[in-house]
Amino acid sequence: MMRLPSLLAGGCFAVVALVAGCALTPLEGTGDLGVVVERSRGTVAIVNTSRREVLAEVPGLGDLSHASVVFSRDAVRAFVFGRDGALTRVNLLTRRIEARVLQAGNSIGGAMSQDGTLVAAQNYQPGGVKVFDVNTLALVADIPAEFAPGQRSRVVGLADLPGRRFIFSLFDADQIWIADLSDADKPQLTKFEHIGHQPYDALVTPDGRYYIAGLFGEDGLSLIDLWDNVPKPRRILAGYGRGEQPLPVFKMPHLRGWAVAGRRAYLPAIGRHEVLVVDTESWREVARIPVAGQPVFVIGRPDGRQVWVNFAVPDYNRVQVIDTQTQKVVHTLEPGKAVLHMEFTPRGEAVWISSRDANRVSVIDTGTFKTLATLVIDSPSGIFLTSRAGRMGF
Amino acid sequence: MATLGHAVPVLALWVMTAAAQPVSAPRQQELVRMVRQDCGSCHGMRLTGGLGPALTPDAMADKPVEALLATIYHGRAGTPMPAWRSLLTEDESRWIAERLRSGFPEEERRVP
Repeated sequence: MMRLPSLLAGGCFAVVALVAGCALTPLEGTGDLGVVVERSRGTVAIVNTSRREVLAEVPGLGDLSHASVVFSRDAVRAFVFGRDGALTRVNLLTRRIEARVLQAGNSIGGAMSQDGTLVAAQNYQPGGVKVFDVNTLALVADIPAEFAPGQRSRVVGLADLPGRRFIFSLFDADQIWIADLSDADKPQLTKFEHIGHQPYDALVTPDGRYYIAGLFGEDGLSLIDLWDNVPKPRRILAGYGRGEQPLPVFKMPHLRGWAVAGRRAYLPAIGRHEVLVVDTESWREVARIPVAGQPVFVIGRPDGRQVWVNFAVPDYNRVQVIDTQTQKVVHTLEPGKAVLHMEFTPRGEAVWISSRDANRVSVIDTGTFKTLATLVIDSPSGIFLTSRAGRMGF
Repeated sequence: MATLGHAVPVLALWVMTAAAQPVSAPRQQELVRMVRQDCGSCHGMRLTGGLGPALTPDAMADKPVEALLATIYHGRAGTPMPAWRSLLTEDESRWIAERLRSGFPEEERRVP
């Protein structure tokens, strides 16, 4: 965690004879750092969440629509997955690009292995998963999502599992696959078929036990208990739409392990302006909470007391806060036009919210809902803080 | 329309009703941003595709404007493509469809 930035170190050597004070250049940690994607100009902003400021901008990352980020285990390096298939490793301390590979034609995200040695990318084109060595970005395994001869599926919902394993869903094939890279030369695949129609994203619970895939093509979600002797998919919340005409979904929701708060999971409904609440022991519906639009991100504060929700266009100027004790919306905010993402600080006293069209990231106190700071950032989308480095499913 | 003559007033009225309303310049800018940014969440900001197909001129070449318009306005059943008619008029949908075929405009860059 503690590294002397090589840039500063080099500078010090050059001028050390002249500027004695340079020897006092502080060592920096990364625990309060993060990156914000500036989607329109292929740049990430490196931010400090203690000082609530932008430290630097790193350009040259390509097409960052739908970009996402995972962190190295030492929380020094951010792996940025671009829409254009590029995987770029950015050093948060030197604030520079260290390595970059164009690994696919169209990519939407990735995952870090439990042991921190492998980084995997999930790709739409060509459909599949590619796994890389975190140090060299050399290709370790190529896993085409070929579900029928010559037919490859777009891959969604990639997450890490205990062991050197990754789990992911095949949007076009209604399947879930697990790739075991214990022996990276010979990835072992376990395939689950007929898991439900059109899985659009998925999550692993923070304990690594359950994998839940959201389904676009039917009312319900698909659940696998990975601790079963013989894991198999089953439907949960089946028929939550109760045959009603679905509302248009102008943006696909996103799922991650943050949706689990206490013993409940909070999940976006598809085509309904509701958050679905499910008990994670019985997997039965506990409640459904009416909200202001089609939910996109449904994110539990780290302590699980609150769940924050943002929405698809045209309701994306609002953010709502659910109290998990009463299962009610207790607060509605309007932090700026086109809210795309929210990220809690490591212990959840504040949440960072990106408002794309306001060119603004707002830092909100989660106790008082007061705005603590606003940062001017160009078309901000995803916000990724280094506390993700230690979390399974991130 | 006023020059059409007295013999076809009914027809002229019908033509005027059905004729595309021009999309104002400010609205065009909004539509460009909407397509690049909001449609871009599935089709990519550069319209190179994602969960939705690529919308580049090459990809659109064999698709009639009417078919594109219908897809935008009414959506495509069985796919994630929603009907945008609650957010767009038919004329705006047509404007987008035509621009997709000819090469979609870039957003005007604004410095925050």
